[in-house]
Amino acid sequence: MAAGSENTAAYYIQHHLQNLTYGYHPENGWSLAHSAEEAREMGFWALHLDTMGWSIAMGALFIWLFRKAGRLATTGVPGGLQNAVEMVVEFIENLLRSTFHGKNPIIAPLALTLFVWILFMNTLKIIPVDYFPQLFSRLGVEYMKIVPTTDPNATLGMALGVFILIIYYSIKVKGAGGFAKELSLTPFNHWALIPFNLVLEIIGLLVKPLGLGLRLFGNMFAGEVIFILIALLPFWAIWLLDVPWAIFHILVVTLQAFIFTVLSIVYLSAAHEHH
Amino acid sequence: MNINMTLIGQTLAFAIFVWFCIKYVWPPISTALHERQKKIADGLDAASRASRDLELAQEQAAETLRESKEQAAAILEQANKRSSQIVEEAREQARAEGERLVTSARAEIDQEIQRAKDELRAQVSHLAVTGAERVLEASVDEKAHRKLLDKLAAEL
Repeated sequence: MAAGSENTAAYYIQHHLQNLTYGYHPENGWSLAHSAEEAREMGFWALHLDTMGWSIAMGALFIWLFRKAGRLATTGVPGGLQNAVEMVVEFIENLLRSTFHGKNPIIAPLALTLFVWILFMNTLKIIPVDYFPQLFSRLGVEYMKIVPTTDPNATLGMALGVFILIIYYSIKVKGAGGFAKELSLTPFNHWALIPFNLVLEIIGLLVKPLGLGLRLFGNMFAGEVIFILIALLPFWAIWLLDVPWAIFHILVVTLQAFIFTVLSIVYLSAAHEHH
Repeated sequence: MNINMTLIGQTLAFAIFVWFCIKYVWPPISTALHERQKKIADGLDAASRASRDLELAQEQAAETLRESKEQAAAILEQANKRSSQIVEEAREQARAEGERLVTSARAEIDQEIQRAKDELRAQVSHLAVTGAERVLEASVDEKAHRKLLDKLAAEL
């Protein structure tokens, strides 16, 4: 889509970065937002239908694929799908063996879900930026941002899930007192420095999910913006930049899924550790 | 790019997917993986055991072969010894038999000679008597002179 003028280019970019939002608008009541303004006015009580829809679809795809492989799993010679699935499972198991030092049967499936789900969601980015927005606009849907990980709500939402687990296991393993002690008496084990420690540790604790979510969001969002900018070039020049960027993104997509997973495991491992 | 309920929605979706994975996805795959791992380990174990057994059997076979070779050699040696012994014995026997035959033949010859001598002596005495009869022209009572004639015969 070549840009006619600065105005349409800006509009094009903004349009592509706008989620399909459904929520409570002060004037229109419960409705779809027809502009970025309206979406902003809806405040917290709004839902990004595209983010939710695509992420749930990808999650369902993950569950369906892996469940299928699991149901057909034999101890004999594995087939193609089973091979691929087992490769991922073994990869996660090895990762856990080297990074997770506690004993918790929940962590392995958690890491598997995170890795494959994020990988699938990130991979949506390889689809050319105009396909789905165009298709949905023909169907009468104004906005369609198909990569859920370019929405901070999605990445921070998953990070929040991990954060809740960090808190849960910290309290479960160390006890409420132990956890409080860890927060207040490290790194300086002196009563006079308790407030200082507390500030330091609580910031450290909160930075974990924030960093986790924002890192993934930042990488994916930046990549998406570049894709949209490339799409503004004349149609015959697009592939020149689009192809290298997409190939590079095969790496980024996998790497970001991997980083999110590994950091989640490391944080949870720290939550399981006694001092 | 506003923070809104999507955040909560995503967290919920995350929780549900993780729960589903824990409950229905992870266990069968993990079980199959570990069972196959065990099977392969068992197979490798069995293979190494079998090769060890084979080695042992080969050793045993070589041992048996060596023993039987030794035995065969011993038997051969014994047989050789025995055969030479038999030859020796046969030779000894033949020699003894020859000697015996020679001795018995000699004895027979001696006996024959003796008998011929006796016969000759009897005939001589008879001839002498007949001669004497002719010479004397008289009938000499043979019964009366038997003693004399015997004495004569013994002197021959």
